[in-house]
Amino acid sequence: MQMTVEEKDTDKVASKSGATRDIFLPPERQRVRDGGNPHVMAKNFSIFYGDFEAVKKVSADILSKYVTAIIGPSGCGKSTFLRAINRMNDLIPSCYTTGTLMFDGEDIYGRYTDEVQLRKKIGMVFQKPNPFPKSIFDNIAYGPRLHGVKDKKVLEEIVEKSLRKAALWDEVKDRMERNALGLSGGQQQRLCVARTLAVGPEILLLDEPTSALDPKATAKIEDLIEELRGSYTILIVTHNMQQASRVSDYTMFYYEGDLVEYAPTKQLFTNPRDQVTEDYITGRFS
Amino acid sequence: MNLGTRKILDRSFTVVGITSIMLMATALLVVVVPIFTGGIGAIYFEGTIEHRKLQYNEFGKGDRGAIERQIAETEPYRNEVFRILDAFGDEMETMEPGEKRNYLSKYKKVRKMLSRLLGPLPGDQKPILLRYQYGSTRWEKAEELLHDLMFVTKWDYSNPDEMAKRYFVPRADEFAGTALASLFLYLENNLEKMLLPERTFYWGFLTDRSLDAHIFGGIWAEIQGTFFLAVGAMLFAFPLGVIAAIYFTEYARDNFFTSILRSANSTLAGVPSIVFGLFGLAFFINTIKVSDSKSVLAGSLTLAIMILPTIIRAAEEAILAVPKTYKEASLALGSTKWRTIVTVILPAALPGIITGGIISLGRAAGETAPIIFTAAVSVGATIGLADVFTMPTPALSWNIYNLASEHEAANEIRHVQYGMVLALISIVLLLNLSAILLRARISKKLKG
Repeated sequence: MQMTVEEKDTDKVASKSGATRDIFLPPERQRVRDGGNPHVMAKNFSIFYGDFEAVKKVSADILSKYVTAIIGPSGCGKSTFLRAINRMNDLIPSCYTTGTLMFDGEDIYGRYTDEVQLRKKIGMVFQKPNPFPKSIFDNIAYGPRLHGVKDKKVLEEIVEKSLRKAALWDEVKDRMERNALGLSGGQQQRLCVARTLAVGPEILLLDEPTSALDPKATAKIEDLIEELRGSYTILIVTHNMQQASRVSDYTMFYYEGDLVEYAPTKQLFTNPRDQVTEDYITGRFS
Repeated sequence: MNLGTRKILDRSFTVVGITSIMLMATALLVVVVPIFTGGIGAIYFEGTIEHRKLQYNEFGKGDRGAIERQIAETEPYRNEVFRILDAFGDEMETMEPGEKRNYLSKYKKVRKMLSRLLGPLPGDQKPILLRYQYGSTRWEKAEELLHDLMFVTKWDYSNPDEMAKRYFVPRADEFAGTALASLFLYLENNLEKMLLPERTFYWGFLTDRSLDAHIFGGIWAEIQGTFFLAVGAMLFAFPLGVIAAIYFTEYARDNFFTSILRSANSTLAGVPSIVFGLFGLAFFINTIKVSDSKSVLAGSLTLAIMILPTIIRAAEEAILAVPKTYKEASLALGSTKWRTIVTVILPAALPGIITGGIISLGRAAGETAPIIFTAAVSVGATIGLADVFTMPTPALSWNIYNLASEHEAANEIRHVQYGMVLALISIVLLLNLSAILLRARISKKLKG
């Protein structure tokens, strides 16, 4: 492509993306499996780091029990948006939000919202596998213990169930007392998923869960997402567009803090409505 | 810079580095070797029959039968000495008054030295001080005394341009032609049979109380005092320090108040220890009156304030070194901040916190200045645990200074001074070693 054309296109997008900021509901909303309730709803939702607006007036519904991928170039606000959903951005003192972000009819940033209870329902898996330096069992049991499960039998049940769901049970069942840091990177990441599942969340936030893993481990995580599809609402931030197209039902494309396009994955990757989206998914910039 | 120059620079830096490390190692050896050899002398030495007698009489240690047998063995030789003394005493009675006066002071001197060597002589009153109730307990001291007894030390001032020269004159010359003249040769030949030196391991040096201001006995009171003071300081400083570190790292916001607190902490770390000592006296004893006078409690509190900044700093560093991801993981599972700190952050920071704590403990054990005014006494009895609130205690650091500089017989108890130094260094080194081992152990457990 010619340089001049690219520049022209970018200009066009800037004005275009402004227009697409309003509430956007995917056309297939009727087909949502559990009756079509949006699980998380953002309305004019902005996130600031001090003066810097990292996410700009996003309005979107995230549909229950679907896998939604969030893609976009580095620094576009996709991780910030993800972390806003379970209020992990609270750790950054200068961070604040405007607009509303609702979860199951509750304002996530409401004055009376208990972020601890919220995080129990909205689990998160991070970019780098981060098991605690404890035994495998204690890692999984950490969440349930936190929420008051003391009975050893019940704990064992939860641990086994979570590990089975995370497709890790067969690999670790004989070494539950070993330190989790002795596992391989891929196993550690699946352990982190299992640890999150053990709390019984409704939403799983995956923040580039495979970026630190090799292709084989990545494939296993993707299989795992496939397994969990339909049981949890899953949001996955990824740099890898093939991954987004493989695992997700819907895809959000962020660019410079704007939610540029939000559509069924197939549609977004085959027939993007927006020029920037097209440039991005065809690899013209990254 | 070209490759050749760079390589030469690298190499010369290596040489400089190795040299400086070697210099430090040499300095360490120069300090440690005499302390070690001198300190060992307090425990392992040639003990005489007087040592064994003392141990039996004062501490009830040793085999009575064997000691009595040995005393009986020495009797004939000692009796011969006493016989010569008596003979000279009788001889003096027959002398002219002027001649007698001439001999009397010299004779008294000989008797005094003999009593230092063999214990009280027959006919003497029982001495009040314990140090005069026994002869020489250590063979090398006995040999020194024997030399003093054999020779009179004189100084040669004949050359005014030089310092006076020391020379020795046989004491036997002073008594030439009298009955006492034969004493000196007899002593030289038979002293070993009178004192029966044996190689002795005196472990009691570490566990016995001191007798007559450290002339005899051990240093248990000092070891125990050091232990009380250091552990007491830790009891106050460790929890406070860790709490402060948690506040600084997890709760404090970056504002004016916090920055003042932080700089106060750094300043506290740089205050000379003698100032802490005076502060402890002025504040803990005179103002809030934790005790009427010096006490272990006041000393512990003073030491605690002194080591607090170090503990805070170490704990802060350790907490900050815990990967942020642990905290995120815990919070994302629905944990509260406090639960996260207790169940995830503190366990992961534990090696660093404990290391800082034990090194501070070593420092508290070794500090002298803060306890001079608040807790330490030169010569004191071993105190019980219940007395720590009201009673002062001897402590290794302070008594090392005191025995070396202020003791009236400082010259005769060099072995005790060295022994104390070795004990203190060993305690501090053991603490540091245990810190290293503990750290390695916990780190290994954490790493899996």
